[in-house]
Amino acid sequence: MNVLKLTLEVWRQDGPDAAGGFETYAVEIPDDASFLEMLDKVNEELFRAGKEPITFDHDCREGICGTCGVMIDGQAHGPQKGTATCQLHMRQFRSGQTIKIEPWRAAGFPVVKDLMVNRAAFDRIVESGGYITVTTGAAPDANEIPVPKDASDSAMDAAACIGCGACVAACPNSAANLFTAAKMQHLNLLPQGQAERWSRSEAMVEKMEEFFGSCTNHGECQEACPKEISIDFIAMMNRDYAKAKLVNRRRLGERKVG
Amino acid sequence: MTQAIERPGADAPVVNRPQKANRPWIVEFASSAVGKKWIMALSGLGLIGFVIAHAFGNLKMYFGPEDFDHYAESLRTLFYPIIPRTWTLWGMRIGLVVLFVAHIGSAISLTRMNQHARPTKYASPRSYIAANFASRTMRWTGIIVALYLVFHLADLTWGFANPDFVRGDAYDNLVASFERVPVAIIYIVSNIALGIHLFHGAWSMFQSMGINSPRYNGARRAIAAGVAGAITIVNVSFPLAVLFGIVG
Repeated sequence: MNVLKLTLEVWRQDGPDAAGGFETYAVEIPDDASFLEMLDKVNEELFRAGKEPITFDHDCREGICGTCGVMIDGQAHGPQKGTATCQLHMRQFRSGQTIKIEPWRAAGFPVVKDLMVNRAAFDRIVESGGYITVTTGAAPDANEIPVPKDASDSAMDAAACIGCGACVAACPNSAANLFTAAKMQHLNLLPQGQAERWSRSEAMVEKMEEFFGSCTNHGECQEACPKEISIDFIAMMNRDYAKAKLVNRRRLGERKVG
Repeated sequence: MTQAIERPGADAPVVNRPQKANRPWIVEFASSAVGKKWIMALSGLGLIGFVIAHAFGNLKMYFGPEDFDHYAESLRTLFYPIIPRTWTLWGMRIGLVVLFVAHIGSAISLTRMNQHARPTKYASPRSYIAANFASRTMRWTGIIVALYLVFHLADLTWGFANPDFVRGDAYDNLVASFERVPVAIIYIVSNIALGIHLFHGAWSMFQSMGINSPRYNGARRAIAAGVAGAITIVNVSFPLAVLFGIVG
Protein backbone atom coordinates (compact mmCIF):
# COMPACT_ATOMS: atom_id res chain seq x y z
CA MET A 1 0.00 0.00 0.00
CA ASN A 2 1.28 3.35 -1.04
CA VAL A 3 0.42 6.49 0.87
CA LEU A 4 0.03 9.65 -1.20
CA LYS A 5 0.67 13.10 0.18
CA LEU A 6 -1.54 15.49 -1.72
CA THR A 7 -2.45 19.14 -1.68
CA LEU A 8 -6.08 19.83 -2.48
CA GLU A 9 -7.48 23.12 -3.71
CA VAL A 10 -11.20 22.85 -3.11
CA TRP A 11 -13.93 25.29 -4.12
CA ARG A 12 -15.79 26.44 -0.98
CA GLN A 13 -19.01 28.41 -1.25
CA ASP A 14 -21.43 28.90 1.66
CA GLY A 15 -24.60 29.10 -0.39
CA PRO A 16 -26.09 29.79 -3.82
CA ASP A 17 -25.67 33.56 -3.50
CA ALA A 18 -22.42 33.62 -1.51
CA ALA A 19 -19.11 34.40 -3.14
CA GLY A 20 -16.87 31.35 -3.29
CA GLY A 21 -13.16 30.73 -3.33
CA PHE A 22 -10.53 28.02 -3.16
CA GLU A 23 -9.29 26.61 0.17
CA THR A 24 -6.12 24.54 0.39
CA TYR A 25 -5.96 21.29 2.35
CA ALA A 26 -3.16 18.78 2.86
CA VAL A 27 -4.16 15.12 2.92
CA GLU A 28 -2.40 11.78 3.28
CA ILE A 29 -4.34 8.94 1.72
CA PRO A 30 -3.64 5.31 0.72
CA ASP A 31 -3.66 4.94 -3.06
CA ASP A 32 -6.38 2.29 -2.98
CA ALA A 33 -8.90 4.73 -1.53
CA SER A 34 -11.50 6.16 -3.86
CA PHE A 35 -11.64 9.86 -4.61
CA LEU A 36 -14.74 10.31 -2.45
CA GLU A 37 -13.14 8.38 0.43
CA MET A 38 -10.29 10.85 0.17
CA LEU A 39 -12.79 13.71 0.52
CA ASP A 40 -14.40 11.83 3.45
CA LYS A 41 -11.04 11.75 5.20
CA VAL A 42 -10.54 15.48 4.67
CA ASN A 43 -14.03 16.08 6.05
CA GLU A 44 -13.39 13.99 9.17
CA GLU A 45 -10.29 16.02 9.87
CA LEU A 46 -12.20 19.26 9.29
CA PHE A 47 -14.98 18.02 11.56
CA ARG A 48 -12.52 17.14 14.33
CA ALA A 49 -10.99 20.57 14.03
CA GLY A 50 -14.45 22.08 14.45
CA LYS A 51 -14.62 23.36 10.88
CA GLU A 52 -17.36 23.06 8.29
CA PRO A 53 -16.88 19.91 6.18
CA ILE A 54 -16.82 20.12 2.37
CA THR A 55 -20.27 19.55 0.88
CA PHE A 56 -20.31 17.21 -2.10
CA ASP A 57 -22.96 15.02 -3.70
CA HIS A 58 -22.64 11.25 -3.49
CA ASP A 59 -24.88 8.27 -3.04
CA CYS A 60 -24.37 4.74 -4.33
CA ARG A 61 -20.57 4.98 -4.70
CA GLU A 62 -20.64 2.22 -7.29
CA GLY A 63 -21.02 4.32 -10.41
CA ILE A 64 -24.69 3.67 -11.14
CA CYS A 65 -26.66 6.49 -9.52
CA GLY A 66 -25.18 9.61 -11.13
CA THR A 67 -25.22 11.63 -7.92
CA CYS A 68 -21.51 12.31 -7.54
CA GLY A 69 -19.38 14.35 -9.87
CA VAL A 70 -16.80 17.08 -9.54
CA MET A 71 -14.34 18.74 -11.86
CA ILE A 72 -10.88 17.38 -11.06
CA ASP A 73 -8.00 19.38 -12.57
CA GLY A 74 -10.24 20.55 -15.40
CA GLN A 75 -11.63 17.09 -16.21
CA ALA A 76 -15.15 16.03 -15.35
CA HIS A 77 -14.98 12.94 -13.08
CA GLY A 78 -11.19 13.10 -13.24
CA PRO A 79 -8.59 11.60 -15.53
CA GLN A 80 -9.94 8.05 -15.83
CA LYS A 81 -12.21 7.35 -18.81
CA GLY A 82 -15.63 5.79 -18.36
CA THR A 83 -15.96 6.19 -14.60
CA ALA A 84 -17.82 8.49 -12.24
CA THR A 85 -15.91 10.29 -9.47
CA CYS A 86 -16.79 7.53 -6.95
CA GLN A 87 -15.10 4.92 -9.14
CA LEU A 88 -11.96 6.99 -9.52
CA HIS A 89 -9.16 5.71 -7.31
CA MET A 90 -6.27 7.63 -5.83
CA ARG A 91 -3.80 5.42 -7.67
CA GLN A 92 -4.55 7.66 -10.65
CA PHE A 93 -2.62 10.40 -8.85
CA ARG A 94 0.95 10.63 -7.66
CA SER A 95 2.35 11.79 -4.35
CA GLY A 96 3.12 15.48 -4.08
CA GLN A 97 0.49 16.42 -6.65
CA THR A 98 -1.83 19.41 -6.23
CA ILE A 99 -5.40 18.60 -7.22
CA LYS A 100 -7.88 21.35 -8.00
CA ILE A 101 -11.49 20.38 -7.27
CA GLU A 102 -14.35 22.49 -8.60
CA PRO A 103 -18.11 22.05 -8.94
CA TRP A 104 -19.73 21.65 -12.39
CA ARG A 105 -19.84 25.11 -13.94
CA ALA A 106 -22.97 26.03 -15.88
CA ALA A 107 -25.65 28.68 -15.59
CA GLY A 108 -28.17 25.81 -15.63
CA PHE A 109 -26.40 24.16 -12.67
CA PRO A 110 -26.17 26.82 -9.92
CA VAL A 111 -23.94 25.92 -6.97
CA VAL A 112 -25.95 24.92 -3.89
CA LYS A 113 -22.94 24.71 -1.58
CA ASP A 114 -19.23 23.98 -2.11
CA LEU A 115 -19.06 21.20 -4.71
CA MET A 116 -22.79 20.50 -4.85
CA VAL A 117 -24.80 21.88 -7.76
CA ASN A 118 -28.53 21.95 -8.40
CA ARG A 119 -29.28 19.70 -11.37
CA ALA A 120 -33.04 20.26 -11.34
CA ALA A 121 -32.76 21.44 -14.97
CA PHE A 122 -32.20 17.78 -15.96
CA ASP A 123 -35.44 16.80 -14.22
CA ARG A 124 -37.31 19.52 -16.13
CA ILE A 125 -35.93 18.17 -19.44
CA VAL A 126 -36.97 14.61 -18.60
CA GLU A 127 -40.43 15.80 -17.50
CA SER A 128 -40.91 17.67 -20.77
CA GLY A 129 -40.38 14.36 -22.60
CA GLY A 130 -43.69 13.22 -21.17
CA TYR A 131 -44.50 9.56 -21.18
CA ILE A 132 -44.55 6.51 -23.43
CA THR A 133 -47.55 4.53 -24.49
CA VAL A 134 -47.47 1.12 -22.86
CA THR A 135 -50.37 -1.12 -22.02
CA THR A 136 -50.92 -1.49 -18.31
CA GLY A 137 -52.38 -4.50 -16.57
CA ALA A 138 -50.82 -7.93 -16.78
CA ALA A 139 -47.21 -8.02 -17.93
CA PRO A 140 -47.08 -8.42 -21.73
CA ASP A 141 -45.63 -11.61 -23.13
CA ALA A 142 -41.95 -11.44 -23.88
CA ASN A 143 -41.25 -10.53 -27.52
CA GLU A 144 -44.87 -9.58 -28.07
CA ILE A 145 -43.63 -6.37 -29.69
CA PRO A 146 -40.76 -7.16 -32.05
CA VAL A 147 -37.74 -4.92 -31.44
CA PRO A 148 -34.86 -5.14 -33.93
CA LYS A 149 -31.67 -6.22 -32.20
CA ASP A 150 -29.65 -3.20 -33.40
CA ALA A 151 -32.30 -0.75 -32.20
CA SER A 152 -32.61 -2.55 -28.88
CA ASP A 153 -28.84 -2.48 -28.30
CA SER A 154 -28.64 1.16 -29.28
CA ALA A 155 -31.55 2.09 -26.99
CA MET A 156 -29.80 0.31 -24.13
CA ASP A 157 -26.59 2.27 -24.81
CA ALA A 158 -28.55 5.52 -24.58
CA ALA A 159 -30.44 4.35 -21.49
CA ALA A 160 -27.14 3.87 -19.67
CA CYS A 161 -27.18 7.63 -18.94
CA ILE A 162 -27.15 8.19 -15.17
CA GLY A 163 -27.81 11.94 -15.43
CA CYS A 164 -24.67 13.02 -13.56
CA GLY A 165 -24.14 16.20 -15.59
CA ALA A 166 -20.55 15.51 -16.64
CA CYS A 167 -21.48 16.21 -20.27
CA VAL A 168 -22.59 19.73 -19.38
CA ALA A 169 -19.56 20.22 -17.15
CA ALA A 170 -17.10 19.07 -19.81
CA CYS A 171 -18.73 20.94 -22.70
CA PRO A 172 -16.97 24.23 -23.51
CA ASN A 173 -20.47 25.66 -24.11
CA SER A 174 -22.22 24.04 -21.12
CA ALA A 175 -24.55 22.29 -23.54
CA ALA A 176 -26.72 19.41 -22.35
CA ASN A 177 -27.17 17.85 -25.78
CA LEU A 178 -25.64 14.49 -24.84
CA PHE A 179 -27.89 14.09 -21.79
CA THR A 180 -31.01 15.17 -23.67
CA ALA A 181 -30.16 13.04 -26.69
CA ALA A 182 -29.60 9.95 -24.51
CA LYS A 183 -32.88 10.44 -22.64
CA MET A 184 -34.76 11.11 -25.88
CA GLN A 185 -33.22 8.43 -28.07
CA HIS A 186 -33.62 5.50 -25.70
CA LEU A 187 -37.35 6.03 -26.24
CA ASN A 188 -37.25 7.21 -29.87
CA LEU A 189 -35.41 4.07 -30.94
CA LEU A 190 -37.99 1.64 -29.62
CA PRO A 191 -41.45 0.82 -30.99
CA GLN A 192 -42.99 1.65 -27.60
CA GLY A 193 -41.68 5.18 -27.93
CA GLN A 194 -42.99 5.90 -31.44
CA ALA A 195 -46.41 7.30 -30.59
CA GLU A 196 -44.92 10.40 -28.90
CA ARG A 197 -41.68 10.47 -30.86
CA TRP A 198 -42.11 13.83 -32.60
CA SER A 199 -43.78 15.71 -29.77
CA ARG A 200 -41.11 14.39 -27.40
CA SER A 201 -38.27 15.43 -29.70
CA GLU A 202 -39.60 18.96 -29.99
CA ALA A 203 -40.46 19.40 -26.33
CA MET A 204 -37.19 18.06 -24.94
CA VAL A 205 -34.95 20.08 -27.25
CA GLU A 206 -36.83 23.30 -26.59
CA LYS A 207 -36.86 22.69 -22.82
CA MET A 208 -33.12 21.90 -22.86
CA GLU A 209 -32.38 25.20 -24.58
CA GLU A 210 -33.98 27.13 -21.72
CA PHE A 211 -31.12 26.10 -19.44
CA PHE A 212 -28.02 25.25 -21.44
CA GLY A 213 -25.73 26.29 -24.29
CA SER A 214 -25.60 24.86 -27.78
CA CYS A 215 -23.63 21.98 -29.25
CA THR A 216 -20.60 22.84 -31.38
CA ASN A 217 -19.58 19.21 -31.94
CA HIS A 218 -16.36 19.23 -29.94
CA GLY A 219 -17.02 15.72 -28.61
CA GLU A 220 -15.78 16.51 -25.09
CA CYS A 221 -19.02 15.19 -23.57
CA GLN A 222 -18.57 11.63 -24.76
CA GLU A 223 -15.01 11.64 -23.39
CA ALA A 224 -16.25 12.79 -19.97
CA CYS A 225 -19.34 10.55 -19.85
CA PRO A 226 -18.92 7.86 -17.17
CA LYS A 227 -21.18 5.64 -19.30
CA GLU A 228 -19.30 6.49 -22.53
CA ILE A 229 -22.47 7.47 -24.36
CA SER A 230 -21.73 8.34 -27.98
CA ILE A 231 -22.35 11.71 -29.65
CA ASP A 232 -24.06 9.63 -32.36
CA PHE A 233 -27.17 10.12 -30.23
CA ILE A 234 -26.79 13.90 -30.58
CA ALA A 235 -26.85 13.47 -34.36
CA MET A 236 -30.00 11.34 -34.02
CA MET A 237 -31.59 14.04 -31.86
CA ASN A 238 -30.70 16.79 -34.36
CA ARG A 239 -32.34 14.77 -37.08
CA ASP A 240 -35.43 13.93 -35.03
CA TYR A 241 -35.83 17.59 -34.06
CA ALA A 242 -35.81 18.72 -37.71
CA LYS A 243 -38.11 15.86 -38.66
CA ALA A 244 -40.46 16.74 -35.82
CA LYS A 245 -40.97 20.15 -37.43
CA LEU A 246 -41.54 18.74 -40.91
CA VAL A 247 -43.15 15.37 -40.58
CA ASN A 248 -46.81 14.68 -41.25
CA ARG A 249 -47.80 13.22 -37.93
CA ARG A 250 -50.90 11.58 -39.34
CA ARG A 251 -48.51 9.12 -40.99
CA LEU A 252 -46.78 8.21 -37.73
CA GLY A 253 -47.88 4.58 -37.90
CA GLU A 254 -45.99 4.08 -41.16
CA ARG A 255 -42.63 4.91 -39.74
CA LYS A 256 -40.10 2.17 -39.29
CA VAL A 257 -37.84 1.85 -36.28
CA GLY A 258 -34.09 2.29 -36.51
CA MET B 1 -30.77 10.29 -11.08
CA THR B 2 -30.44 13.87 -10.04
CA GLN B 3 -31.09 14.85 -6.48
CA ALA B 4 -34.45 16.17 -5.37
CA ILE B 5 -34.23 19.62 -3.87
CA GLU B 6 -37.43 20.70 -2.20
CA ARG B 7 -36.39 24.16 -1.01
CA PRO B 8 -38.49 26.94 -2.55
CA GLY B 9 -36.60 28.89 -5.18
CA ALA B 10 -34.17 26.02 -5.66
CA ASP B 11 -35.63 24.86 -8.96
CA ALA B 12 -33.82 25.04 -12.27
CA PRO B 13 -32.89 28.61 -13.20
CA VAL B 14 -34.17 29.81 -16.55
CA VAL B 15 -31.08 30.91 -18.44
CA ASN B 16 -32.46 31.46 -21.94
CA ARG B 17 -35.87 32.80 -22.81
CA PRO B 18 -38.32 29.92 -23.43
CA GLN B 19 -39.78 29.56 -26.92
CA LYS B 20 -43.01 31.49 -27.38
CA ALA B 21 -46.01 29.27 -27.99
CA ASN B 22 -47.95 28.96 -31.25
CA ARG B 23 -45.52 30.34 -33.77
CA PRO B 24 -45.16 28.93 -37.29
CA TRP B 25 -42.98 25.81 -37.33
CA ILE B 26 -40.28 27.46 -39.41
CA VAL B 27 -39.92 30.34 -36.92
CA GLU B 28 -39.75 27.87 -34.02
CA PHE B 29 -37.11 25.88 -35.87
CA ALA B 30 -34.99 28.90 -36.76
CA SER B 31 -35.10 30.25 -33.21
CA SER B 32 -34.00 27.00 -31.56
CA ALA B 33 -30.28 26.30 -31.13
CA VAL B 34 -30.55 22.92 -32.84
CA GLY B 35 -32.34 24.64 -35.74
CA LYS B 36 -29.62 27.30 -35.91
CA LYS B 37 -27.01 24.55 -36.14
CA TRP B 38 -29.00 23.16 -39.08
CA ILE B 39 -28.91 26.62 -40.67
CA MET B 40 -25.16 26.80 -40.06
CA ALA B 41 -24.67 23.34 -41.57
CA LEU B 42 -26.80 24.02 -44.66
CA SER B 43 -25.35 27.48 -45.31
CA GLY B 44 -21.87 26.08 -44.61
CA LEU B 45 -22.48 23.35 -47.18
CA GLY B 46 -23.49 25.97 -49.75
CA LEU B 47 -20.41 28.05 -48.95
CA ILE B 48 -18.12 25.00 -49.22
CA GLY B 49 -19.67 24.37 -52.64
CA PHE B 50 -18.83 27.96 -53.63
CA VAL B 51 -15.27 27.70 -52.29
CA ILE B 52 -14.67 24.46 -54.23
CA ALA B 53 -16.08 25.93 -57.46
CA HIS B 54 -14.09 29.17 -56.95
CA ALA B 55 -10.81 27.32 -56.32
CA PHE B 56 -11.41 24.98 -59.26
CA GLY B 57 -12.24 27.84 -61.62
CA ASN B 58 -9.12 29.75 -60.58
CA LEU B 59 -6.93 26.80 -61.58
CA LYS B 60 -7.40 28.22 -65.13
CA MET B 61 -4.63 30.72 -64.28
CA TYR B 62 -2.15 27.88 -64.84
CA PHE B 63 -3.36 27.70 -68.47
CA GLY B 64 -2.35 31.31 -69.11
CA PRO B 65 -3.97 34.78 -69.44
CA GLU B 66 -6.33 33.96 -72.35
CA ASP B 67 -7.91 30.96 -70.64
CA PHE B 68 -8.19 32.72 -67.31
CA ASP B 69 -9.74 35.92 -68.72
CA HIS B 70 -12.06 33.84 -70.87
CA TYR B 71 -13.17 31.94 -67.75
CA ALA B 72 -13.71 35.23 -65.87
CA GLU B 73 -15.81 36.63 -68.72
CA SER B 74 -17.76 33.34 -69.04
CA LEU B 75 -19.02 33.83 -65.47
CA ARG B 76 -20.83 36.96 -66.70
CA THR B 77 -22.40 35.11 -69.59
CA LEU B 78 -23.32 31.97 -67.66
CA PHE B 79 -26.51 30.43 -69.16
CA TYR B 80 -26.57 33.22 -71.79
CA PRO B 81 -28.67 33.64 -73.95
CA ILE B 82 -31.36 31.81 -71.94
CA ILE B 83 -30.66 34.18 -69.06
CA PRO B 84 -29.50 37.76 -69.83
CA ARG B 85 -25.82 38.64 -69.40
CA THR B 86 -24.60 38.87 -65.72
CA TRP B 87 -28.00 37.89 -64.33
CA THR B 88 -26.80 34.42 -63.27
CA LEU B 89 -23.69 35.95 -61.71
CA TRP B 90 -25.79 38.42 -59.76
CA GLY B 91 -28.15 35.63 -58.72
CA MET B 92 -25.21 33.68 -57.34
CA ARG B 93 -23.86 36.78 -55.59
CA ILE B 94 -27.20 37.40 -53.89
CA GLY B 95 -27.34 33.72 -52.93
CA LEU B 96 -23.87 33.97 -51.37
CA VAL B 97 -24.81 37.06 -49.39
CA VAL B 98 -27.86 35.21 -48.04
CA LEU B 99 -25.69 32.22 -47.07
CA PHE B 100 -23.12 34.43 -45.35
CA VAL B 101 -25.78 36.35 -43.43
CA ALA B 102 -27.45 33.09 -42.33
CA HIS B 103 -24.13 31.50 -41.35
CA ILE B 104 -22.68 34.48 -39.47
CA GLY B 105 -26.02 35.48 -37.94
CA SER B 106 -26.56 32.00 -36.48
CA ALA B 107 -22.96 31.90 -35.27
CA ILE B 108 -23.32 35.20 -33.40
CA SER B 109 -26.59 34.15 -31.80
CA LEU B 110 -25.23 30.72 -30.73
CA THR B 111 -22.00 32.25 -29.41
CA ARG B 112 -23.96 34.63 -27.21
CA MET B 113 -26.10 31.75 -25.95
CA ASN B 114 -22.97 29.73 -25.12
CA GLN B 115 -21.34 32.62 -23.30
CA HIS B 116 -24.48 33.00 -21.15
CA ALA B 117 -24.43 29.28 -20.42
CA ARG B 118 -21.18 29.39 -18.43
CA PRO B 119 -20.97 32.62 -16.44
CA THR B 120 -18.25 31.28 -14.09
CA LYS B 121 -15.25 29.80 -15.85
CA TYR B 122 -13.20 26.90 -14.52
CA ALA B 123 -10.16 27.96 -12.52
CA SER B 124 -8.04 25.01 -13.60
CA PRO B 125 -6.83 24.84 -17.18
CA ARG B 126 -9.06 22.54 -19.20
CA SER B 127 -7.31 19.46 -20.53
CA TYR B 128 -9.40 18.87 -23.63
CA ILE B 129 -9.43 15.35 -25.02
CA ALA B 130 -11.65 15.44 -28.10
CA ALA B 131 -11.88 19.16 -28.83
CA ASN B 132 -9.10 20.00 -31.27
CA PHE B 133 -7.45 23.22 -32.33
CA ALA B 134 -9.83 23.60 -35.26
CA SER B 135 -13.00 23.13 -33.23
CA ARG B 136 -11.93 25.53 -30.49
CA THR B 137 -10.84 28.29 -32.88
CA MET B 138 -13.91 28.28 -35.18
CA ARG B 139 -14.91 31.75 -33.98
CA TRP B 140 -11.46 33.22 -34.69
CA THR B 141 -10.82 31.45 -38.00
CA GLY B 142 -14.34 32.54 -39.00
CA ILE B 143 -13.58 36.18 -38.19
CA ILE B 144 -10.25 35.99 -40.08
CA VAL B 145 -12.01 34.56 -43.14
CA ALA B 146 -14.76 37.23 -42.98
CA LEU B 147 -12.21 40.08 -42.78
CA TYR B 148 -10.16 38.48 -45.53
CA LEU B 149 -13.26 38.21 -47.69
CA VAL B 150 -13.83 41.98 -47.48
CA PHE B 151 -10.18 42.60 -48.36
CA HIS B 152 -10.33 40.07 -51.21
CA LEU B 153 -13.36 41.84 -52.73
CA ALA B 154 -11.70 45.24 -52.33
CA ASP B 155 -8.56 43.86 -53.94
CA LEU B 156 -9.85 41.88 -56.93
CA THR B 157 -13.54 42.73 -57.42
CA TRP B 158 -13.96 46.41 -56.52
CA GLY B 159 -10.26 47.13 -57.02
CA PHE B 160 -9.63 49.99 -54.60
CA ALA B 161 -7.11 47.95 -52.57
CA ASN B 162 -5.10 47.32 -55.71
CA PRO B 163 -3.46 50.43 -57.33
CA ASP B 164 -2.88 48.60 -60.64
CA PHE B 165 -6.49 47.40 -60.90
CA VAL B 166 -8.03 47.46 -64.38
CA ARG B 167 -11.66 46.37 -64.55
CA GLY B 168 -12.06 43.20 -66.61
CA ASP B 169 -8.34 42.29 -66.75
CA ALA B 170 -8.69 39.45 -64.28
CA TYR B 171 -5.30 37.84 -64.93
CA ASP B 172 -3.23 41.05 -64.80
CA ASN B 173 -5.05 42.23 -61.67
CA LEU B 174 -4.30 38.96 -59.94
CA VAL B 175 -0.61 39.03 -60.83
CA ALA B 176 -0.32 42.71 -59.82
CA SER B 177 -1.94 41.89 -56.50
CA PHE B 178 0.03 38.76 -55.57
CA GLU B 179 3.38 40.31 -56.58
CA ARG B 180 3.09 42.47 -53.45
CA VAL B 181 4.61 40.22 -50.76
CA PRO B 182 2.47 41.51 -47.82
CA VAL B 183 -0.69 40.89 -49.86
CA ALA B 184 0.48 37.39 -50.78
CA ILE B 185 1.06 36.71 -47.06
CA ILE B 186 -2.48 37.91 -46.25
CA TYR B 187 -3.84 35.50 -48.86
CA ILE B 188 -1.75 32.57 -47.62
CA VAL B 189 -2.51 33.08 -43.90
CA SER B 190 -6.24 33.62 -44.53
CA ASN B 191 -6.53 30.53 -46.70
CA ILE B 192 -4.83 28.43 -44.04
CA ALA B 193 -7.39 29.85 -41.55
CA LEU B 194 -10.13 28.88 -44.00
CA GLY B 195 -8.69 25.35 -44.19
CA ILE B 196 -8.69 25.04 -40.39
CA HIS B 197 -12.27 26.36 -40.29
CA LEU B 198 -13.36 23.80 -42.90
CA PHE B 199 -11.57 20.94 -41.15
CA HIS B 200 -14.00 21.22 -38.25
CA GLY B 201 -16.92 22.70 -40.20
CA ALA B 202 -17.10 20.04 -42.88
CA TRP B 203 -17.18 17.32 -40.21
CA SER B 204 -19.45 19.18 -37.81
CA MET B 205 -21.97 19.69 -40.61
CA PHE B 206 -22.71 15.95 -40.80
CA GLN B 207 -23.28 15.80 -37.06
CA SER B 208 -25.54 18.90 -36.98
CA MET B 209 -27.74 17.45 -39.71
CA GLY B 210 -27.83 14.01 -38.11
CA ILE B 211 -25.99 12.36 -41.00
CA ASN B 212 -24.63 9.58 -38.88
CA SER B 213 -24.40 5.86 -39.46
CA PRO B 214 -21.85 3.23 -38.46
CA ARG B 215 -21.60 2.43 -42.17
CA TYR B 216 -19.97 5.70 -43.12
CA ASN B 217 -19.03 7.54 -39.90
CA GLY B 218 -15.36 6.77 -40.50
CA ALA B 219 -15.54 8.51 -43.87
CA ARG B 220 -16.90 11.77 -42.43
CA ARG B 221 -13.59 12.81 -40.88
CA ALA B 222 -11.75 11.77 -44.04
CA ILE B 223 -14.12 13.81 -46.25
CA ALA B 224 -13.68 16.87 -44.04
CA ALA B 225 -9.88 16.54 -43.97
CA GLY B 226 -9.79 15.91 -47.74
CA VAL B 227 -11.99 18.89 -48.60
CA ALA B 228 -10.13 21.22 -46.21
CA GLY B 229 -6.72 20.00 -47.38
CA ALA B 230 -7.49 20.17 -51.10
CA ILE B 231 -9.01 23.66 -50.90
CA THR B 232 -6.12 24.98 -48.81
CA ILE B 233 -3.44 23.54 -51.12
CA VAL B 234 -5.11 24.87 -54.28
CA ASN B 235 -5.81 28.34 -52.84
CA VAL B 236 -2.39 28.76 -51.24
CA SER B 237 -0.74 27.68 -54.51
CA PHE B 238 -2.03 30.80 -56.35
CA PRO B 239 -0.09 33.51 -54.48
CA LEU B 240 2.93 31.19 -54.27
CA ALA B 241 2.81 30.58 -58.02
CA VAL B 242 2.87 34.34 -58.67
CA LEU B 243 5.63 34.96 -56.08
CA PHE B 244 7.82 32.25 -57.61
CA GLY B 245 7.14 33.41 -61.15
CA ILE B 246 5.23 30.30 -62.31
CA VAL B 247 2.24 32.53 -63.07
CA GLY B 248 2.75 36.09 -64.30
